[in-house]
Amino acid sequence: METTLTAVAHGETKLQSWLENFTDFEKMAAGRSLPWLHRLRSDAFARFCETGFPTTRDEDWRFTSVAAIAKTVFRPAGAAKLTAEDVAPYRVEGAAAQIVFVNGRFAPELSHLGSLAKGLTVASLRERIESHPEEVAKHLGRYADVRRDPFCALNTAFIGDGAYVHVARGVVVEAPVYLLYLSTAEDAATVTHPRNLIVAEDESQVAVIEDYASVGGEAVALSNAVTELVAGESANVQHYLIEREHLKAYNVQTLRIQQGRSANIASHSLLLGGGLVRNNVHPVLAGEGGECLINGLFLGTGRQHLDNYMHVEHASPHCGSRQFYNGILDQQAHGVFHGRIVVHKDAQKTDAKQTNRNLLLSDDAQIDTKPQLEIYADDVKCTHGATIGQIEENALFYLRSRGISEAEARKLLLLAFAEECVERMHSTVAREHMEGLIRGHLLFMEQAPRETSGPRLVERNGLAIAGEEIG
Amino acid sequence: MSLLEIKNLHVTVNGQEILKGIDLTVNAGEVHSIMGPNGSGKSTLAQVLARRDAYHVTEGTILFEGKDLLEMKPEEAASEGVFLAFQYPVEIPGIGNTYFLRSALNAQRKHRGLDEMDAMDFLPMFREKLALLEMDDKLMNRSLNEGFSGGEKKRNEILQMAILEPKLAILDETDSGLDIDALRIVANGVNSLRSPERAMLVVTHYQRLLNYIVPDFVHVLVDGRIVRSGGKELALELEEKGYGWTEAERQTAGATA
Repeated sequence: METTLTAVAHGETKLQSWLENFTDFEKMAAGRSLPWLHRLRSDAFARFCETGFPTTRDEDWRFTSVAAIAKTVFRPAGAAKLTAEDVAPYRVEGAAAQIVFVNGRFAPELSHLGSLAKGLTVASLRERIESHPEEVAKHLGRYADVRRDPFCALNTAFIGDGAYVHVARGVVVEAPVYLLYLSTAEDAATVTHPRNLIVAEDESQVAVIEDYASVGGEAVALSNAVTELVAGESANVQHYLIEREHLKAYNVQTLRIQQGRSANIASHSLLLGGGLVRNNVHPVLAGEGGECLINGLFLGTGRQHLDNYMHVEHASPHCGSRQFYNGILDQQAHGVFHGRIVVHKDAQKTDAKQTNRNLLLSDDAQIDTKPQLEIYADDVKCTHGATIGQIEENALFYLRSRGISEAEARKLLLLAFAEECVERMHSTVAREHMEGLIRGHLLFMEQAPRETSGPRLVERNGLAIAGEEIG
Repeated sequence: MSLLEIKNLHVTVNGQEILKGIDLTVNAGEVHSIMGPNGSGKSTLAQVLARRDAYHVTEGTILFEGKDLLEMKPEEAASEGVFLAFQYPVEIPGIGNTYFLRSALNAQRKHRGLDEMDAMDFLPMFREKLALLEMDDKLMNRSLNEGFSGGEKKRNEILQMAILEPKLAILDETDSGLDIDALRIVANGVNSLRSPERAMLVVTHYQRLLNYIVPDFVHVLVDGRIVRSGGKELALELEEKGYGWTEAERQTAGATA
């Protein structure tokens, strides 16, 4: 009991530092004279102060402790100058536009926003708030759940900069829009709160890649990002997330999707980096006949903690959602897949599917996988299944018996496992980009020094939760 | 020097002795058949030769071209020229057939100090072998063995063998589950690979396959021992009298020993 009280008291002193940050921030914030935005920020901050950071006693955070974040005093990341050369390795060939943020600030000199297709707007949210406040006000902060999620509340309190992407009605953007968030190393622990707003009007089509990376040395940094993605009727949006920050980085991501009638949305997540990562994907299928694909791959090694929290809300009839997450965990990495599906009373004929497959490459790697179905309609189909296994010894031997080395055979098998996720990606440019990153990362994982070799990969079925059917 | 020389081979699996002293010599150009009832150790012998490490050799030696095969990893044995056509080929989703074959071929060429084969050189050779096994090239765009029928999987094994051109090909129950047409195609593929430089070890339960792939020698394996060896007529004799006959003979031999 004593320790709990100390922790709370300790926690409060940290909240004090957030209050100082917030007071300083508000004096300079974009659109501070806009009453609605001021209210949005201060309400969210009040909510954050009420709840503080979550603990593992909260069901939503059962498998992920953010105590390390709660006890750290973070300073807002300072301005930093990067050169085109620093950014060059991250460029996506064939992107329609590239917008770069350094330590949370829009870096126009590093961005490529010239000659955008007609009907496509890509801008800094900060600038857009100043230049077109009424346009931003229509959506900003209307979807992200500050009540339930303290990180969302914190991000909303600190809405400053991020990407604003708008696709006009009926406009089809073929190449993906690339959003790059770079953080540089500083002496003290720093925090950024990237806030993105993606609006695809009726019958439009676009693909967006969000990429989080670190430049320079490793220092403690928290990226607390929120993206609101609003898709109009029959809009088609492909969203890609890449997390590849260094291992001292904390990354909390929330993608909140609001889907209109017959909208077709896909979220693809690729978690490679970050020491502690929480990836929230929260689609609300608000219009009839919507389709949502939630596809993800997480590759953990060392002591990485990669948590994927899905919250799929079926709020209208005749919608379909499919979740596929594959995880590969080596060394002492810890993965989490929490798949929550909520089917509202009116959402009849819902078809929701959830699959989580995991490969554990070491005895110390760990995965917690938890389905959570809340169904209030009576005519729905919801299925979920999870598997945990190791590299199949039979397959490994088969490849080796044809002359392929053990290391190469393992790499091929891991790649094949990852490929299931890659194949679901529609945009060729994005898919090839992601595939390149996955190949490189698997090679890195396989080359990392390990303690044992040889017959470590004894066949073991492990835990397999068979697809339990409800409805 | 013989291609393969097995002496007094004892093998245990999960602590149980499966092979109890095998002696077998195979020269280049010869086709040997190992016949025997289920559970006699035929497949174990095949897997040990392909260097599966779940099998523990407790006694004996295996020399392949004079080199100690038991010191080799599976990929080394393969690159030295040992090929096992699996009784149950493995399905591997996500790895393309063609990609896999070229990777395997190039891994072996690299081991032998040869240049890797590029797609331009590989494809014509590949197409020729596909035709030999009457295989649809659409199958090759699919994942390795994924969704293949039993017959397609077995043909795919022989296709791999045709491309990798081993010195010693071991066919483990390649005939099981094949209809007569598939059996003919597989046998044609195998026969086209017969050459004075190459030896084959045909492991089978039934004599049927040996009508198409005619062996030079037949060995009968019962309870981990070779109880009889002879020419191709031995297979026919077995077919006629059944394995009970060799079993009775073994017991008689045991009694007098």
